[in-house]
Amino acid sequence: MLTPTEISKIEHELQHVPVKKAAVIEALKIVQQERRWVSDENVEDIATLLGMSADEVDSVATFYNLIFRRPVGRHVILVCDSISCWVMGYEDLKKALMDHLQIHYGQTTPDGRFTLLPNACLGTCDHAPALMVDNDLYRDLTPGMIKNILDKYV
Amino acid sequence: MEAPLTSNIKPGVSLDIKTYEATGGYQGLRKAMQMTPQEVTALVKESNLRGRGGAGFSTGMKWSFVPMNVEGPKYLICNADEMEPGTFKDRWLLEGNPHQLIEGMIISAYAIQATTSFVFLRWAYKQAAQEIRKAIAEAYAAGYLGNNILGRGFHLEMHLHTGVGRYMCGEETALLNSLEGKRAVPRAKPPFPQISGLFGKPTIVNNVETLSYIPHIVNKGIAWFQSLSRTGDGGTKIYGVSGRVNKPGAWELPMGVTMRELLEEYAGGMQHGYSFRGALPGGASTDFLTSAHLDVPMDFTSVAAAGSRLGTGTMVVLDDHTCPVGFVHNLEHFFAQESCGFCTPCREGLPWTEKILYALERGEGTEEDLEQLDLHTRLLGPGNTFCALAPGAMEPLQSALKYFREDFEQHVHEKKCPYGNYTH
Amino acid sequence: MATIHIDGKTYQVKEGRNLLETCLSLGLDLPYFCWHPALGSVGACRQCAVKTFRDEQDTKGRLVMSCMEPVKDQLRLSISDKEAAAFREQVIGWLMTNHPHDCAVCDEGGSCHLQDMTVMTGHSYRNYHFSKRTHKNQYLGPFLNHEMNRCIQCYRCVRFYKDFAGGKDMDVFAAHNHVYFGRHRDGILESEFSGNLAEVCPTGVFTDKTLKQHYTRKWDMTYAPSVCQGCGLGCNIIAGERYGSLRQITTRYNGAVNGYFLCDRGRYGYEFVNSSRRIKQAAVRALTGTDIGTAEVLQYVKDKLASGKVIGIGSPRASLESNFALQQLVGRPHFHLGMSDTEHDLTTLALKILRQGHVRTPSMQEAATADAVVILGEDLLNTAPMMALSVRQAVNRQPAQEAMNTTHVANWQDAAVREAMQDKHGPCFILNVQPTRLDELATVAYQTAPETIARIGFALARALGAPLAGINDLTDQEQQLVTQMAAALMNAARPLVIAGYGSACEGVLRAASNICEALHQHAKPSMLVLTTPECNSMGLEMLGGLRLDSAVDAVMNGEADTVIILENDLYRRLDKHAADNFFRRCKEVILIDHLYNATAEKATVLLPAGTFAESDGTMVNNEGRAQRFLQVYAPATTAIQESWRWLLQLGRVTNCERLRNMEFFDDVIHALTQQVRCFAGIEKLTPPADFRIAGQKIPREPHRYSGRTAMLANISVSEPKPPVDGDTPLSFTMEGYRGEPPSSVIPFFWWPGWNSVQSINKFQVEIGGSLHDGDPGKRLIEPGGNGQLTFFTDVPDHFVACAGHLQLVPLYHIYGSEELSVHTPGIAERMPAPYIMLSPEDARRYQVAEQHQLQVAVDGHPYTFMVKVNPALQRGMAGIPAGLPGTGIVNMPQMAKV
Ligand SMILES: Cc1cc2nc3c(=O)[nH]c(=O)nc-3n(C[C@H](O)[C@H](O)[C@H](O)COP(=O)(O)O)c2cc1C
Ligand code: SF4
Ligand code: FES
Repeated sequence: MLTPTEISKIEHELQHVPVKKAAVIEALKIVQQERRWVSDENVEDIATLLGMSADEVDSVATFYNLIFRRPVGRHVILVCDSISCWVMGYEDLKKALMDHLQIHYGQTTPDGRFTLLPNACLGTCDHAPALMVDNDLYRDLTPGMIKNILDKYV
Repeated sequence: MEAPLTSNIKPGVSLDIKTYEATGGYQGLRKAMQMTPQEVTALVKESNLRGRGGAGFSTGMKWSFVPMNVEGPKYLICNADEMEPGTFKDRWLLEGNPHQLIEGMIISAYAIQATTSFVFLRWAYKQAAQEIRKAIAEAYAAGYLGNNILGRGFHLEMHLHTGVGRYMCGEETALLNSLEGKRAVPRAKPPFPQISGLFGKPTIVNNVETLSYIPHIVNKGIAWFQSLSRTGDGGTKIYGVSGRVNKPGAWELPMGVTMRELLEEYAGGMQHGYSFRGALPGGASTDFLTSAHLDVPMDFTSVAAAGSRLGTGTMVVLDDHTCPVGFVHNLEHFFAQESCGFCTPCREGLPWTEKILYALERGEGTEEDLEQLDLHTRLLGPGNTFCALAPGAMEPLQSALKYFREDFEQHVHEKKCPYGNYTH
Repeated sequence: MATIHIDGKTYQVKEGRNLLETCLSLGLDLPYFCWHPALGSVGACRQCAVKTFRDEQDTKGRLVMSCMEPVKDQLRLSISDKEAAAFREQVIGWLMTNHPHDCAVCDEGGSCHLQDMTVMTGHSYRNYHFSKRTHKNQYLGPFLNHEMNRCIQCYRCVRFYKDFAGGKDMDVFAAHNHVYFGRHRDGILESEFSGNLAEVCPTGVFTDKTLKQHYTRKWDMTYAPSVCQGCGLGCNIIAGERYGSLRQITTRYNGAVNGYFLCDRGRYGYEFVNSSRRIKQAAVRALTGTDIGTAEVLQYVKDKLASGKVIGIGSPRASLESNFALQQLVGRPHFHLGMSDTEHDLTTLALKILRQGHVRTPSMQEAATADAVVILGEDLLNTAPMMALSVRQAVNRQPAQEAMNTTHVANWQDAAVREAMQDKHGPCFILNVQPTRLDELATVAYQTAPETIARIGFALARALGAPLAGINDLTDQEQQLVTQMAAALMNAARPLVIAGYGSACEGVLRAASNICEALHQHAKPSMLVLTTPECNSMGLEMLGGLRLDSAVDAVMNGEADTVIILENDLYRRLDKHAADNFFRRCKEVILIDHLYNATAEKATVLLPAGTFAESDGTMVNNEGRAQRFLQVYAPATTAIQESWRWLLQLGRVTNCERLRNMEFFDDVIHALTQQVRCFAGIEKLTPPADFRIAGQKIPREPHRYSGRTAMLANISVSEPKPPVDGDTPLSFTMEGYRGEPPSSVIPFFWWPGWNSVQSINKFQVEIGGSLHDGDPGKRLIEPGGNGQLTFFTDVPDHFVACAGHLQLVPLYHIYGSEELSVHTPGIAERMPAPYIMLSPEDARRYQVAEQHQLQVAVDGHPYTFMVKVNPALQRGMAGIPAGLPGTGIVNMPQMAKV
């Protein structure tokens, strides 16, 4: 069941679109913001609210890599794996992250604290390598900086 | 040296409406509103402003295809999806001077008589999202947006849409699908978006940098715009350099500076112990240029003549310690991941090239694999695929195979990566 | 017309179409996947690449996708161009990177478009040596199997399922080379047209699950052209057999009738043919226990017919020939039509309207060209499913035209036209007793009693200028609806009105006729579709005969005591208590039928009839189109034979003058056309039995048919002599003429290099057009316009709820309402349980809620049902699922006491 807050936020978005289903990406974002990921049930609820079928909603949801259709940890780490970062030491950074967290890409730490994901270019190539934790961007990284950064997130 | 787009931007702050107005902001809009929409379009067309999103299409020409006498809504969209690896120029404008973009959008919307506009912003630009949201609110409050703008009877709504990933969203027709709440797969052209775009209505999509230029062109005129440039393509351009250089960064410079100037004067030359082997001049989907091209002026025409594309003007440098095979492997991995999955050559061909490159890096590649790569660069060319993603993906690969062939062959013959830095 | 040059040759072709369909129409081979003639072009697969050249000087050319390029005058293109050919080969190479190469165990193998295209492009060597992606498969219900690893991502499935057929519960998921075609979660595909996926999918992702249960390769089946028995529309089917059981039904393309598709009832409802309830031996109840053969049974029947007062009861699901033979045997004055009285009245009226009115009834393909639709009292997806697909296309007509005008792209540019159309629909009005699944297309969907629907229809006819009395008790909303419909119909170029048996109300048909007659007075080329309940209802009505209630009367008052019942279960024509009474009074009941049903329980003599798959026959669909179905295979035992053949035998033993000298199918047809003038011409529906091409018959089996010498070796090592077909120009073997037969007797579609259903391209005059030498079938009814029919004036009275009573109305179900299809387990699985549907007011009044039991009395006999509540239903009315096994109430509408 969607919460009243989610519903009212989605309904607000509906004002900006000529047809309800055009708001589906907004709706998915809203739900993900509240719950960190979007479950099958959430997909079905969004579908009902927007007069779509669950299949239509899921078709869109599964297309976009930043809509999470599986549970993620409290914090999502997105590591830029694109060219400038790769040239500037991405491989070492990635290894340091995996060693530190003891997980691979696509996995969540057993304490549910972090999910580690690769991400295409973060648009900060002049400060490579870079990563994002939730909404925070970290740049000009070296493997040694990982621990201090992650310690901030509980 | 004039830098109209960026000279007012201060590091770490975003120009608010007051400061922006104090620097001459929204004067272009006032001026434009004294003109007819057709006059604005004609002016932009005459200025020969070429789109900064990568393809370099004439902006005024694009606008002129919008049918002006049809009923119903029209849309203006700012493409702020900036996801081309190696590209970080729009971010500067979005975070530093959002009103410049908004003003450009209002003028452009006026020119095509659009009543609704969107900024399609990529997800990662959190800071930019905040600044734009704030700036749009300020513009509404100041009467630059909403009903009866500047008392001229023109009406425009503006919304910020933040994406949820996928490079394809930057392709203008896929962007439209995404804005409609659909999967970001491209559309066939014709019909062009100018005729049938967002929700099937006439629509213009322009890049951030393109739109940010509009107020200045309207304000200061065509002669001024052209005088900024060293070449036939008018204006300044935001150039960037990333890779093993001393001072990676972005600069607004006259259109047509040379690669050498960029590398040596602005980026401070190669880092100690590294030397230059080549560069993608305008983002991940452009062909390599090498030291033989260092004096090529960085404008649309000259870079094309040198066998590449100006693209986004943000250069990624390949140094002598980095494996060119690994370099293109990283790129092809990106493109394969970001294929939307609609057309066969792109969906299936890119993962194939990615796998070959990976095999080469691990020392498992063969001569036949190199032939397959050559074949793919030919078969995934423009027109063979549904949109420009795969042809773009082939540009660095085909030029790497041309300029760094010996590296590829070395991988095959030595059965290992000579640089020792293969990707896992 | 345009002149184009293909590989140096010059052709005259139609302008505006795309290059792919143009090349295919010219008979040239060009591979494709994402394009489908009914779905248009999207340019996804890149398989159809050709080169075009600017002019004669241009030698370099440009690679283009032929499905996305319009024909232009003086266009130059090359299919054989080396670069284009190499690209096409590589497209297969790409598709094969993830395809499992499991043809040997794939149901599609041997009839696979992907295999054909692979061979066509010459791709034979695998260069890709990396791993493949794999997918999980889904459970999609009883009809379709899912094997996603075989997918080549052509997007046809979703384009058919969603865009064309309006399905909601299937889609494409994920991105890049992970794209997945299926459902959000495992589950039954809801669309009534899901089975078409098995034909639309060019590879083995979606395959026919019922076929899988008795799998046979396409080349190993014996086929015949046939006609669907599922409803009154008469879609054309191909039926395939092996080892004496019917294995599969596929679409038989007919450019005028069903085009490329079928509904799931039609495709899957065939299992009754293989049912364990089949009557396999002739039997006499009085002689059970004694070992008797057909001859003894015939002797017994002969005696009874000689001593009894005999009447015959025909059937709307039996062929014209069988009904005619019975009519001849018993004599016209003793032949009854065997329809329920309501269906009889509705069909009589429909025939009268079509014959005497000025308005033409369209084929399904013509109906799809309408640009405004009014549906009165019909839940099409349940009463005439395929017509709903025509309506779907019709409602797109207006917005698609607008889109083409603004975007200047052709109608086959599917994605572009849909984008420009958005969710717009042309005018469509659906008036029914309860909401229908088609309502999402409707400009207005309105629910009310059938009588009120009729009254609204009369008011609409009057609003269109018909000289009718005003109807002054419509609500404001109804008045407005009338105005709105009138405007929409007047604005349309080709308005379509649909009504029929679904409403069980003659007034609704009269109203529909009036509307069209009124439009006719404005010189509008309007179209009128009247649905009919069964596959040969219209044919039976045209043949003529007495009502069923007169048969009941005759038996009840002793005028008759011996009945011959032809392919009919009277428990589906009469309420249970009425049927029980009837049989109690009959001395002899001689039943010729194929399934052991409730009537068979009462029969004193059973004569095993062939099903459609074991018989030749003719049927007339709702459009008045006579169509021939041919026998697929010789029945398992010689005891089973066509009903008409039984009747001819009875004629012989009883020395019936009227059946003299008839032995073969052609003899019956000849007599029929001689005696019943309206059937003139049906002898030409298929060539006669002695028709030969190059001295040869047309083989029912593909030339690749295998195992013939061994398949019955467990019974006898020597190969049995194949049965001889004296009734049709078809042979039961693979021997015969290998070329293209006349369109009406094509047993299967196959062409060198084209083993899949896509081979149909090779049999059409142009892509999507008629078959060579015309689409099979012959329209027997054209508008009379002889002034006999103008306007009906008898407006039905307003429906008034009656205290303590409920007016029972039939509600139809695609799965459940039809007699034979429910013998397919998958269809039975999707059948509802019997119910009574009430309005919330009545539920309150009778103090019942959803799932409760409610007892009603019909003619003093009690019937109990589970309650369903539907807010759209009128107070005083109750819906009963029509034809559903176990309901017992047939005669509807009628009053029931609560
Ligand atoms: C795969 C792909 C990705 C693209 N991404 C972007 C992008 O992120 N930003 C952008 O402005 N243009 C992008 N483009 C180019 C746009 O399609 C379009 O040409 C551009 O937004 C037009 O703006 P302009 O005329 O101002 O250059 C992309 C093109 C392709 C094929
Ligand atoms: S499942 Fe079949 S129809 Fe659907 S995309 Fe795959 S190959 Fe095409
Ligand atoms: S059939 Fe032409 S691109 Fe698929």
